[in-house]
Amino acid sequence: MAAKTLTIDGTQVSAEEGATVLQVARDHGIEIPTLCHLEGVYDVGACRLCLVEVAGIAKLLPACTTKISEGMELKTNSERLQKYRRMTLELLFAERSHVCAVCVSNGHCELQTLAYSHGMEHVRYDYCFPKWKVDVTHRLFGMDHNRCILCARCVRVCWHIEGAGTKNVSGRGASANIINDLNQPWGQSDSCTECGKCVMSCPTGALFHKGSTVAEMVHDRDKLEFIVNAREKKQWIV
Amino acid sequence: MDRLKVATVWLGGCAGCHMSFLDLDEFLIELAGKIELVYSPVVDVKEYPENVDVCLIEGAVCNEDNLEILHKIRARTKVLVSFGDCAVTGNVPALRNKLGLHNVENILQRAYVENAQNNPAIPKADGIVPRLLERVTPVHEAVSVEYFLPGCPPPADRIKALMTQVLGGKEPKLEGANLKFG
Ligand code: SF4
Ligand code: SF4
Ligand code: FES
Repeated sequence: MAAKTLTIDGTQVSAEEGATVLQVARDHGIEIPTLCHLEGVYDVGACRLCLVEVAGIAKLLPACTTKISEGMELKTNSERLQKYRRMTLELLFAERSHVCAVCVSNGHCELQTLAYSHGMEHVRYDYCFPKWKVDVTHRLFGMDHNRCILCARCVRVCWHIEGAGTKNVSGRGASANIINDLNQPWGQSDSCTECGKCVMSCPTGALFHKGSTVAEMVHDRDKLEFIVNAREKKQWIV
Repeated sequence: MDRLKVATVWLGGCAGCHMSFLDLDEFLIELAGKIELVYSPVVDVKEYPENVDVCLIEGAVCNEDNLEILHKIRARTKVLVSFGDCAVTGNVPALRNKLGLHNVENILQRAYVENAQNNPAIPKADGIVPRLLERVTPVHEAVSVEYFLPGCPPPADRIKALMTQVLGGKEPKLEGANLKFG
């Protein structure tokens, strides 16, 4: 494959054609914040946290779904980007009801961690307080829609790592939500294999092991990483 | 130099933030030399005074009393600090907003009628029991706020970090472990 040369934050780098801006940046030690991106499954550009500036293009583009091109000039951490990232984080908090003090993932949450690293000490937008339910019909797992950021990680791992296809996104805009099978309670799903990969993938407290209480839910990624590594590199390393 | 006039108030919260304030231990003694505590749940002053320099506000805005005193505080204070998650985000007290606009009747019914063992009745005493607002809000949705001190409750070290910066005349900035919700 042909190599492409581009500039990221003033540094010239070259990488293989077909790579995404995010991959190339990370390969060169340049950190771009992400939330919906998960190693091992395809990217969907859902969260908009990884937005970057590309010279000559007025729109900001998501690093995770934008392919590199010859002569591309990128900025990954301008003041404008920082402003938009903080805004995006605040909107995520305002959209559903994240009450960190009583959350199973308090202290182990990717949304929280990003909020802190972006200096979010309060949310400037009015909270929406939508009425979402908690589904605890499954034998082993629970889903709190109030804390879902619609990153669709759970959907992607369910379809493309486990191959069960239980989880899906239903609806559009503010009424979009994660469903099981034909929008039935999780506990009544015929296709769910109870593998728990969705729970492992979730960045927030939306998916949890039943019985976990405040701050107890740590999303263990080791098993997912093991499978992805085995699949992509044919290495079975525990 | 005149000592800084500091106030603390307790709106719709559990008093945990004030407990954490008391947890400042010996720093309280240092603080006592530098500030004058002009109004607080731990001070016996009935009326919020004029010309206050800094006010730490615990709790969300839940009822008409909260709103009234908040407007008074804003008018009489230079610097407002939202003190703890309830003040900063609405936190647990704001959960009733999810029940929609009639949540007030619903929660009072649940608490004072359905769960009552003796004398089930919704407390009503105009001028004594303040009416609940339809929507609980964080403090900055009701009045403008200068600084934010999140945490449920913010640990004493974090309060100390912020107070030290404010006393030093600096714009407070919470970073690292000092910026945390929950
Ligand atoms: S999911 Fe994260 S941000 Fe949301 S309430 Fe839980 S800890 Fe807070
Ligand atoms: S449940 Fe978790 S993994 Fe699934 S979309 Fe919501 S936040 Fe993402
Ligand atoms: S990580 Fe790129 S849009 Fe979410």
